[in-house]
Amino acid sequence: MTGPKPNGRAGAPTPSRLRPRDVLRVAASGLRARPLRAVLSALGIAVGIAAMVAVVGISASSREEVTEQLEALGTNLLTVAPGQTLGGQQATLPEGSVDMVARVGPVTSVSAVGEVDASVYRSAEIEETHTNGLTVLATRTDLLDTVGGTVSSGRWLDDALAGYPTVVLGANAAERLGVSRTDGTVSVWLGDEWFTVVGTLDPVPLAPELDSAVLIGWPAAMEVLGFDGAPTTIYERSPESAVAAVRDVLPATVNPSSPEEVTVSRPSDALAAQAATDETLTTLLLALGGVALLVGGIGVANTMVIAVLERRSEIGLRRALGATRAHVRRQFLGESVLLAGLGGVGGAVLGGGLTAAFASTRGWPLALPAWVLAAAAGATIVVGALAGAYPAARAARMSPTTALSAP
Amino acid sequence: MSTDTLATAASTGAAGADAVVELEDVVRVYPGHPPVRALRGLSLRIDRGELVGIVGPSGAGKSTLLHILGTLDQADSGTVHIDGHDVGAMNDRQLSALRAHRIGFVFQQFFLNPGVSALDNVADGLLYTGAPLARRRRRARTTLERVGLGNRMHHRTNELSGGQRQRVAVARAVAGRPSMLLADEPTGALDSASGAGVLDLLHELHSAGTTVVVITPDHDVADSLPRQVHILDGRIEHDERRTR
Repeated sequence: MTGPKPNGRAGAPTPSRLRPRDVLRVAASGLRARPLRAVLSALGIAVGIAAMVAVVGISASSREEVTEQLEALGTNLLTVAPGQTLGGQQATLPEGSVDMVARVGPVTSVSAVGEVDASVYRSAEIEETHTNGLTVLATRTDLLDTVGGTVSSGRWLDDALAGYPTVVLGANAAERLGVSRTDGTVSVWLGDEWFTVVGTLDPVPLAPELDSAVLIGWPAAMEVLGFDGAPTTIYERSPESAVAAVRDVLPATVNPSSPEEVTVSRPSDALAAQAATDETLTTLLLALGGVALLVGGIGVANTMVIAVLERRSEIGLRRALGATRAHVRRQFLGESVLLAGLGGVGGAVLGGGLTAAFASTRGWPLALPAWVLAAAAGATIVVGALAGAYPAARAARMSPTTALSAP
Repeated sequence: MSTDTLATAASTGAAGADAVVELEDVVRVYPGHPPVRALRGLSLRIDRGELVGIVGPSGAGKSTLLHILGTLDQADSGTVHIDGHDVGAMNDRQLSALRAHRIGFVFQQFFLNPGVSALDNVADGLLYTGAPLARRRRRARTTLERVGLGNRMHHRTNELSGGQRQRVAVARAVAGRPSMLLADEPTGALDSASGAGVLDLLHELHSAGTTVVVITPDHDVADSLPRQVHILDGRIEHDERRTR
């Protein structure tokens, strides 16, 4: 009596099948049945994803800002300064070194400042020790073009003014001396002379040492303050493609007899490095976002465990309707991934919004790399699958008869 | 006793050509202290097109028998053939396929999805056959019309009366044209009028050719059926056919 009967319907039945689209429908209907619970558990995921997207987005926007700034300033500026002699003494640059740099083929502009051994005060009555940390620099009149500085108020030194006791203040220097008028009515006490303030500068990103300096003309420095005419910093620009080559020849050009006493640096590198140091903080914040995501995932797992317990009779019914264990597992796994995905989409939108809001308050460009969104999507799928794995396996293992006899 | 003759007939296979159910010496024991011997060597044969009532007091083994017939549970010993297939030799996927295509279930508690239309509840009866949604709904529509609920298709099931809900459940069970409809106390949660309506529906399905097995503790329900299998303490007490 064993074996299939010769009856028409007795062949092996077609296997049970749940279409992928139906997995999605069934999973979605499970979430729709308890919308508040779904939203609350998705919120946990959303917070984690939003934190991670915002952290990456904000740091990317900040880097973008630095990049744009560097593009505007140019990265082809090199500065030449004296290093130390072999004996450990402070070296000096030879007097004619500026002209020698100017003769290097690709160099397009060159300028220099020389530190003057003098201090500057708001008035003659101020104690000598209260220097405000300001330096006095003898300045060539072509300095501003070379470093890309701009005048904030008043005027820059020209060939005429450079011979007279006139001064242009760096941005910080003007603030520390409390000078805002540049109409020639304000003077500062410099060395043993009154110097008339003719202008102030905006901050110079590529030469921040100028911000806390007072700048006087080269001839005036020599005549009035006894400046020896030796430059202490040479600023030089050349086409971007020639920067490396120029950098190599500069020490020997500036000081042929002892090139090792010359240091050459590229100020834009410092700005770029500053942006890079932010990455440590970004990584830390990203890790914090990851912790939030983990907690969100635990919330989803909790929701799913409860759902499986509550819906035993539904599981029993589905088994009676022909669902295999795999179909039941897929249903709950799908529900969990969908739940996490819901949170992921919400979090990505929230994180993107936060990034946009933060960037716009800082006046930064908005930069949200596509890989961040892809990673967020991937993370939610992984979290949803991990959170749903155990509850789904439990639902699949449940025997149909105990599931059906559940109250 | 007719039980013996049936068992003999099944084992010889003489009239086995059209059997939907063939149980032979089925034993099911639930472990525990003491173990519960729910079925103690039960043999039963149900032919295609029959309408059978399985009657017995609570604790007689009716539910266990329903689970065995529905392939939701496996016998500890003895053989079970449903629609010609040896259930004991089948794995989870094969059993699920058998349930998806050949067995329809109706439960006392209906087990309908309350927030969903009657139409989609019935269409879900075909979910695991892999048929596309449009075809499932088409089938559900004709089946609902057949059970007299053509005008309630788009009502949510929590807006329907108990009798209507059980009709929806019956429609869900037969939408896939199963070889056998298993009804577990289908009138147990209904008042007598609605219960009678559901029974009429089962009779209609039977006269249209569906094999129907009704499990009930209610002798009045059983008396209306052409064949009654009385079980007690996990065995068949007697098996009577009413000749019309």
